[in-house]
Amino acid sequence: MDLTLSPDVIAFRDDVRDFMRAELPLRMTEKVRLGRQLVKEDYLEWHALLRQRGWLAGNWPRAHGGAEWSAVQRHLFDIEATAANAPRILPFGLVMLGPVLMAFGSEAQQKTCLPRILADDDWWCQGYSEPGAGSDLASLRTTALREGDHYIVNGQKTWTTLGHYANRMFCLVRTDPQAPKKQAGISFLLIDMDSDGVEVRPIRLIDGSAEVNEVFLRDVRVPVENLVGTENDGWTIAKYLLTHERTGIAGVGFARAGLAALKRIAAQERDGAGSLAENALFAARIARVEIALMAMETTNLRVVAAAAAGQAPGPESSMLKVKGTQIRQEITDLIRRAAGPYALPFQADALAPAGNTAPIGPEYAPAAAPQYFNNRKLSIYGGSNEIQRGIISKAMLGL
Amino acid sequence: MDFTLTETRAMLSDSLRRTLQRGADWAALVDLGAPAALFSEEMGGFGGAGFDIALVFEELGRACAVTPMLDSCVLAGGLLADCGEEAPVAAIIAGEAQAALAHWEPGSRYAPDPLMTVAQPMGQGWQITGHKAVVVNAPEAGLILCSARMPEGAAGLFLLDRDAGGLDLRDTPLMGGGTAAEIDLRAVPARLLHADASSLIEARIARAALAQCAEALGLMQAIRDLTLDYLRTRTQFGRPIGQFQALQHRMADMLIEVEQVRSAVINLAGQIDSDRVTRERHVSAAKVLTGEVARLVCEESIQMHGGIGLTEEYALGQRAIRLSMCDHRFGDIDHHLARFTELGRLTAETAP
Ligand SMILES: Cc1cc2nc3c(=O)[nH]c(=O)nc-3n(C[C@H](O)[C@H](O)[C@H](O)COP(=O)(O)OP(=O)(O)OC[C@H]3O[C@@H](n4cnc5c(N)ncnc54)[C@H](O)[C@@H]3O)c2cc1C
Repeated sequence: MDLTLSPDVIAFRDDVRDFMRAELPLRMTEKVRLGRQLVKEDYLEWHALLRQRGWLAGNWPRAHGGAEWSAVQRHLFDIEATAANAPRILPFGLVMLGPVLMAFGSEAQQKTCLPRILADDDWWCQGYSEPGAGSDLASLRTTALREGDHYIVNGQKTWTTLGHYANRMFCLVRTDPQAPKKQAGISFLLIDMDSDGVEVRPIRLIDGSAEVNEVFLRDVRVPVENLVGTENDGWTIAKYLLTHERTGIAGVGFARAGLAALKRIAAQERDGAGSLAENALFAARIARVEIALMAMETTNLRVVAAAAAGQAPGPESSMLKVKGTQIRQEITDLIRRAAGPYALPFQADALAPAGNTAPIGPEYAPAAAPQYFNNRKLSIYGGSNEIQRGIISKAMLGL
Repeated sequence: MDFTLTETRAMLSDSLRRTLQRGADWAALVDLGAPAALFSEEMGGFGGAGFDIALVFEELGRACAVTPMLDSCVLAGGLLADCGEEAPVAAIIAGEAQAALAHWEPGSRYAPDPLMTVAQPMGQGWQITGHKAVVVNAPEAGLILCSARMPEGAAGLFLLDRDAGGLDLRDTPLMGGGTAAEIDLRAVPARLLHADASSLIEARIARAALAQCAEALGLMQAIRDLTLDYLRTRTQFGRPIGQFQALQHRMADMLIEVEQVRSAVINLAGQIDSDRVTRERHVSAAKVLTGEVARLVCEESIQMHGGIGLTEEYALGQRAIRLSMCDHRFGDIDHHLARFTELGRLTAETAP
């Protein structure tokens, strides 16, 4: 056992830290810090900064233009970026589709799609879930039936994150409705969002945000070259993508940044003669979540290290998902509580991308309750925590 | 012991529920006499006891009705009644006026007697100067009651002159419905209602907390029913998700906890006119339980719904928000945990 970081890893971390300090515009970090909604331009601007530095695709191999970071490097980057209040890196092209194309895509698909992902020429969205197929993803019903050199796609996708910004969607579709098992007969298809018959409708969430959408597909013609991998073998790809989606699932960086924010807020919030941070009950709540986070960071690194030694992140990633989301949700809950009576006003304008009204109460008040509600999603998407516990009991416990 | 409602209360509860199911507005609730049920007979009402408050607010919660009932009738209206102000109380009962209480101040969090706001004598009357925070229902209220520090240091209670200068309201909608205002007061003319109102205000906040916990109880039941319905109808993996034991046990826990809240509300309603320490210990007990179970019900119900539970369009969202916001008024879980312990020391000291 050796918990120290090697000198070159420390040098990398310092590099990242300097980069964040020098390059991140205050306007951007303030938005993140205050929980304002980010728009397309914010993400593109952030991606461009990383691209210039060669850090946009830390997880990609050099051969495809990535930085080919080790798992530990990725972990450190994540922590430094979130600590600096950087926006998140959008995962759809870089973390989800990229690795899929490298493993299953044709040479032509790799040649056209991968550079466009790196250049942000395409904005991808994930078309997996349907109204009737959430946890039970394999029961999806959107069909793609072959007609000459096209598939004709009909159905509905939902919960499509940032689909309103996307020009392309990778999608699970049913190419063989007669297949004996529901997992068979599914294919992985790339769809242009500006094709005829594609309609995107926003879904408003309870915190007032508009980040997810419904996508309706009516007789959409998709060229057969847009099939990834083998027809009817899409489930293998779907699962491959989900394991990649789960790397970084513990959200250590977000949790750390959240905890730091929580501590600042508790120190600022007045309570009796002192601050809320001095309130023994509240201080104990903060301590509990910090203790959990300290242990979870090491659990995360243990899993990451095993994966780095050549093992794929297995069912252990389910453990990280459950614990990681519990910790992040606990932190947003405590921030909500810390805001006290000023969590009550609903200040949509203070959270809007371009709003400039002074907040009612302290600056952390407007986002306190909305972020608490918004973060309920963490234990629902990416495989709900119930589904993760099911995986743990089957794959780790053999029950 | 008898846990059944009296006949009149059962009737009121019934007709309230039916009226609210039809989507009653404020006028319809006034017509039904719901505000009157919250005032004593001497003040022109026909109730005002703890169990009256509990039943009215449980029904309001069940329907997720957003009304001025708590602020206008129980809190500010109740204080007007305590001070013998017959005319404004009659106007409130008749639905002709609304009231709000401006008591807490910026940075005071849940402190019982904040009062940096001060009262100064002016001619025959008084002038109030200071700030008040998140004054619920103030934008709709013609009658704004305001607490302020008297020259000798006691907490005075005043009725502000709404139309005079110096009174500045910044209105805001609230999470889960309703409105509030940040209030700036610069030498606002006011009429003194009570020169030493601390214990009066505390007893009124106790009733408001009862109303709030009862409303939360109603919301919890509505949310539980909604979730139960969803578990019966949503299918995944070829069966209703309610057949998964992981979810069944959590529904069972939710039921157990909501029944605990019901009992805490009954305890508080029964002790609302008891001696101070007994009453306030029950206030804190009910607030702690309600706050904790509110969080559980809100989080578990959203989780068991999956994505749909997070959408604005679906009935759960507003209910869950309204429910969890109950922990942001009249003291949160931690505030009342500490207070419960402190009050317990007092009872231990005074016990024979
Ligand atoms: C904010 C947000 C963004 C999203 N973004 C995307 C996206 O970009 N692309 C995309 O394709 N999808 C996306 N999703 C969809 C997400 O993957 C699904 O919400 C998730 O798979 C759960 O499905 P569901 O919402 O239909 O819930 P359901 O599957 O209906 O589940 C309801 C409840 O039942 C439980 N449950 C289900 N099966 C079992 C079981 N066997 N045992 C015990 N409990 C069970 C669940 O855990 C949950 O508590 C997003 C969702 C959200 C909320």
